[in-house]
Amino acid sequence: MKSDVVLEESMHLDFLEEIYSIPGGEKIKDCIQCGTCSGSCPTSYVMDYTPRKVFAMIRAGMRDEVLSCNTLWLCTSCYSCYVRCPQDIKITDIMYALKRISIKDGKYPKGSDAQELSKMFTHIVNKYGRNHELELIQRYFLKTKPLKLLQNIPIGLKLLTHGRLPLLPTKIRNISQLQKIIRKAKSLGGF
Amino acid sequence: MEELVYSYYPGCSLEATSKAYDRSTRAVAERLGIRLIELEDWNCCGATAYMSVQELLSFAISARNLALAEQYGRPLVTPCAACFTTLNKTNTYLAEFPKLKEQIDEILDEGGLTYNGTIQVRHLLSVFTQDVGTEAIQAKAKRDLRGLKVACYYGCQIVRPLHEFDDPEMPTTMDTLFEQLGAEAVYFPMKAKCCGGSLIGSTEDVALRLIKNILLCADQYEADCIVTACPLCQINLDAYQERVCRQYNLNFQIPILFFTQLIGLAFGVPNEDLGLRTNIVPAKPLLEKYQALLERK
Ligand code: SF4
Ligand code: SF4
Repeated sequence: MKSDVVLEESMHLDFLEEIYSIPGGEKIKDCIQCGTCSGSCPTSYVMDYTPRKVFAMIRAGMRDEVLSCNTLWLCTSCYSCYVRCPQDIKITDIMYALKRISIKDGKYPKGSDAQELSKMFTHIVNKYGRNHELELIQRYFLKTKPLKLLQNIPIGLKLLTHGRLPLLPTKIRNISQLQKIIRKAKSLGGF
Repeated sequence: MEELVYSYYPGCSLEATSKAYDRSTRAVAERLGIRLIELEDWNCCGATAYMSVQELLSFAISARNLALAEQYGRPLVTPCAACFTTLNKTNTYLAEFPKLKEQIDEILDEGGLTYNGTIQVRHLLSVFTQDVGTEAIQAKAKRDLRGLKVACYYGCQIVRPLHEFDDPEMPTTMDTLFEQLGAEAVYFPMKAKCCGGSLIGSTEDVALRLIKNILLCADQYEADCIVTACPLCQINLDAYQERVCRQYNLNFQIPILFFTQLIGLAFGVPNEDLGLRTNIVPAKPLLEKYQALLERK
């Protein structure tokens, strides 16, 4: 789309700035495109672009392509790349940052729902102060793939009968303190 | 020896899917003379999910726990690999990035809390192997584990990204511990590879494949069981094992134990206190083999 050229220019600067703003983010400048990250990654075989490619694309300002690729949502946070990168780039942290920008801009790929899992998790913890696994899986599967919920009933039942799926959540005592902290953190912005 | 006292952070999984990890941790710690005092009113560490939604928020809720722990001054120990990484990373980044620290101070203040960065975050495995020591652990064993073949599975987050007590690629602390207790720690090159983590919920096929690689390796080296120090690894390898076998046309039943459950066995802790009945792949064949070994000795 030719008409977007100017807009894209400014977006691409913002994009790098956004990455620079996370702790240790400026290090992305030092990437030497060696590919160690891609070779270490357990899920690169299903990614639209491998981690190395994603870093090249970020620097080339390919904002939309990066934010809408499945790579971000296939990152398991295994940190294999992070400990091996010869340039000490905090790769996993950058993957997290990309997930956040992708959620903020509504750019995640159609059909992807890993972002829903994260969002529901935070919703539950904001409410109780702790996670409640039963509620999380119910809500998540109902919202994203009800069929999967049915398929997962056998596993759910197994967990239940083995005493591993409490029906009720536990709530922390000083939830109001936690919620104050959450509100303040949100008000300080960032992404 | 000076008494070892810690603030104990079980984490959300240990209250639910991994209650057995909590029970066996408490039972084993008690016999080791370690005092674990549960951190009053702890909240969820945020796991990997918060970091995918908002960064500052993620550090903030994690920091509330550090601030609470600082009121007691004891090191904060958790058996959960994910909690360990999240809390430890928050702690390290607060020390490393002053701008982040400033913002977190402001946020905590809103809740009437302060954090001065004095708390050490520890994983239970490092407390056992470093503070107590494998020999002292062996000294408490009522019987040895001779004849059992164990695949020690570390997964990701106890050794990465911060690898303070073990190697990030080929960790050995758990192997050493179980060898000391008499078991054979089998060759297990998949020991620090990823189980897929929460992809089991979002992209199941990919996770199943990663789980398959780990199980297959343990089976190939004839492990009687896999031991792990992570609730998510445990549930992925345990609850999804049947599905993996169906998908890949495989046939095995490898019990997946928390490392504290196996230590408990050597300590003679009653099975109920180790929560062995909550394992999905039954631990029974393992227990029977062990019983037979004991009788032969
Ligand atoms: S390992 Fe580091 S330097 Fe090499 S391509 Fe990946 S990010 Fe760049
Ligand atoms: S942390 Fe993410 S990008 Fe890095 S190796 Fe693991 S899955 Fe791949």
